[in-house]
Amino acid sequence: MAKLYTVKVVVANKEGASDPEGETVYRDLVSKSGFGRVKSIRTGKFLRVSVEAPDAPSAKRLVQKMCDELRIYNPAAHSVTVEV
Amino acid sequence: MQALKTLDSVKAELVWHEEPRIGDYDAIVLPGGFSFGDYLRAGAIAARSPALARISSAADRGLPVLGICNGFQILIEAGLLPGALLRNSSLRFVCRWVNVRVDNGTTSFTKKMKKGAVLHLPIAHNEGRFYASEDTLDELNEDGRVVFRYCDADGNASSAANPTGTLDNIAGISNRDGNVVGLMPHPERATESVLSPFGDSDGSLIFRSMLELE
Repeated sequence: MAKLYTVKVVVANKEGASDPEGETVYRDLVSKSGFGRVKSIRTGKFLRVSVEAPDAPSAKRLVQKMCDELRIYNPAAHSVTVEV
Repeated sequence: MQALKTLDSVKAELVWHEEPRIGDYDAIVLPGGFSFGDYLRAGAIAARSPALARISSAADRGLPVLGICNGFQILIEAGLLPGALLRNSSLRFVCRWVNVRVDNGTTSFTKKMKKGAVLHLPIAHNEGRFYASEDTLDELNEDGRVVFRYCDADGNASSAANPTGTLDNIAGISNRDGNVVGLMPHPERATESVLSPFGDSDGSLIFRSMLELE
């Protein structure tokens, strides 16, 4: 029986690609506001995907395939993490 | 459309992205704008539209294809050009006239220009910071596929002349054969002297290059 799984996708700039939004949030807000133990911030884009699948691993595989084939992320600049 | 119509002997038509008939044309221009509201990522959704599949095969056949601004973003997201266009490092929408140096005068869209020529063109975008891996950048440089770089009035591609934090001042690149070119500046807004604060019409050189037959 197929069940409905919730899969989380996070797209973020790769380490080598600078993230000016994260740098600004860190520099101009967080580091000035008493959170000195926070050392850096990277921003990204979050997608919550509902998917029908027989089990959790196949739900994850389907969403990973979707991300790759439809270029939900640009592999030249982004990394993607997929979690059920 | 209006910019293309200022050229003699050009008939320009709009093509609907869901029902493209690409075979009848001698060249394709993907204009700027904000296709699909820039959702997901600028150009990412348009890159999967039926028109892009047809444009991709037309590009493989050697048809000249030009992507301007959002059109450049679409060509990158469709995989016709390498790399990525990320948010400007200033986090600001940058809208102003800039100097752009021609670094390759042999592509389908730069044949009328000499290498090193400096053009006055406007830019107007939020995601124009070109990014690519070191390997890709080396390949682009070695193959002369960096077509346009932001520069100062003397043609120096200095960091002060870089409006967006784009890698190596890159403003435009081409595919291997030079028939597919993408650039962030807007040549179509610089085709008549009345449009330019400099009183020139440098943008028209890009379209006139397109008309030059082999």
